[in-house]
Amino acid sequence: MRRLIVRRLLQTLPMLFFVSIVCFILVKVAPGDPVRSFVTPNMHAADIERIRHNLGLDKPAYIQYFIWLKECLTGNFGYSLVNHKPVLGQIVERLPATAGLMASAIALAVILAIPMGLVAGANRNRWVDKLVNMIAYIGISLPLFWLAILLMYFFSIKMHWLPSMGMRTIGTNSALDVIKHGLLPCVVLAIGFLTVYVRYIRSSTISQLKEDYVQIQYAFGSAKRIILFRHVLKHVLLPVITLLGMSMGDLVAGAIVTETVFSWPGIGSLGMTAVRGMDYPVIMGITLFSSVLLILGNLLADILYGIVDPRIKTTR
Amino acid sequence: MKGSKWVNVARELKGNKLGIAAVILLLVITLAAIFAFLSSKDPNQINALERLKPPGQGHWFGTDDYGRDTFARALYGGRVSLMVGFLSMIIATAIGVTVGIISGYFGGWIDSLLMRFLDIIMSIPSFLILLLLSVYLKPSVGNIIIIISLLMWMSISRVVRAETMALKQREYVLYAKASGQSSFRIIWKHILPGLLSVIIVSATNNIASAIMMESSLSFLGFGVHQPDATWGSMLNGAQGYIAQAPYMAVFPGLLIFLTVLCFNILGDILRIGLEPKLGKR
Repeated sequence: MRRLIVRRLLQTLPMLFFVSIVCFILVKVAPGDPVRSFVTPNMHAADIERIRHNLGLDKPAYIQYFIWLKECLTGNFGYSLVNHKPVLGQIVERLPATAGLMASAIALAVILAIPMGLVAGANRNRWVDKLVNMIAYIGISLPLFWLAILLMYFFSIKMHWLPSMGMRTIGTNSALDVIKHGLLPCVVLAIGFLTVYVRYIRSSTISQLKEDYVQIQYAFGSAKRIILFRHVLKHVLLPVITLLGMSMGDLVAGAIVTETVFSWPGIGSLGMTAVRGMDYPVIMGITLFSSVLLILGNLLADILYGIVDPRIKTTR
Repeated sequence: MKGSKWVNVARELKGNKLGIAAVILLLVITLAAIFAFLSSKDPNQINALERLKPPGQGHWFGTDDYGRDTFARALYGGRVSLMVGFLSMIIATAIGVTVGIISGYFGGWIDSLLMRFLDIIMSIPSFLILLLLSVYLKPSVGNIIIIISLLMWMSISRVVRAETMALKQREYVLYAKASGQSSFRIIWKHILPGLLSVIIVSATNNIASAIMMESSLSFLGFGVHQPDATWGSMLNGAQGYIAQAPYMAVFPGLLIFLTVLCFNILGDILRIGLEPKLGKR
């Protein structure tokens, strides 16, 4: 077990290194001069050169990269070109909104996906299965931003049941208010996760039902319902943990569109604003942040899988 | 052998009402997009007197905030969306198959190098890269196609690599090798035909995801620009008028949904028909 963790960690380090290079290049080749946001009309050329020097932009690119990397490792992701606030601070400030939204969306998806996947897998090719399959088809084909607009139209504009944007009503500070604001974006995101989870749980239920322990339970005369929810569920549930690890990578990028539609003040909409305003340090920070989450999420998923299913050691 | 596979697909399609419906619907949408010029309406004709008209006589899908006919715009938008879907799929498949075959057939350090490269690209959230690149490059249909295909080839090359590694061990390939045929000839004559079904299946699914990516980008305002319509950019425009003119959002979204749904259904039918060893889901 420990060897698996060490090996995966060793694989992860170079990955993180290369990803940081890619992030750096992506922003380095971008059009536009980062100095421009500091330039005022009555500045001399010498002043502009001094700013360039202070930003380290007169050094060769590879030295700029190492300076940037060193700063990143000490927690300094640079400053926004637009509002001059520290990038990491802005990301951390927005993190609770995104993480809360994502966590509730994933929780909702898991709660719905488990019974759906189990029942569909146990009744393969019957009408329940076909219904669940149809829902999964619709889920993967539905443009989530369209769903978001339609839900917003119906629940907010037509029926006035829920607020259509933001996270809080100005002047109120109650949990209920935040829940009301978050309900629609949460449902939209949950549908995205749900389809993936249902397919996974369904196929793992099908393979579990072929296992010996299920046949033995049948031989003992246990009811199908009991076998399914007492024994199979346990085996199906553990791999779901690994799915959650993989969902970590979606934390930022997965919510960009949904957060934008509902003006949810999370990292996704921060990223959108940065892209619109060509705010490179913020774009670089968010890209690096979400890539690291994705890599760590996969690492976590692999390690958890190794703990849950020790057989994995021999095959990897 | 190849013939019997297509017989399988035909049989699978015949018993599947959903599949037949998907094929017919796709044909209708594609033909409507191709023959959009037969429509008497100009998709970019601005008419201040006809702003935000609900669907009805004269305007089947209503009109938008500039008084443009939404039906005509949906037809022409479908052209762009479908074209982006098809061309991105073709480029992505070409890159993915090439990389996958090289990696799987030659193995060794080439394989490790290519696969590590793949891992790195895949560990940056693709939608983020998509956004970044579409900001850097000038937004045009051509650039969007290139960007989307650059983000889609990875999954195909993984599948192709695995399949190539399996095919490489087959006896007829080993004989061909022993008889001194060149690597290129072996790949062309013996490996590629065996990969055909995997390629077709992932290509079909990739059209669906390319259309989805283009729509999301255009919806956020980074895709194809005004006045040219795509389904995604029509939704972008509709968002601001959702209270007055909700029908503006209904039709383009429905078209994206149905097109993507049909390609996904078709992809599954092809998979079951072409790769029976995977079994029915």
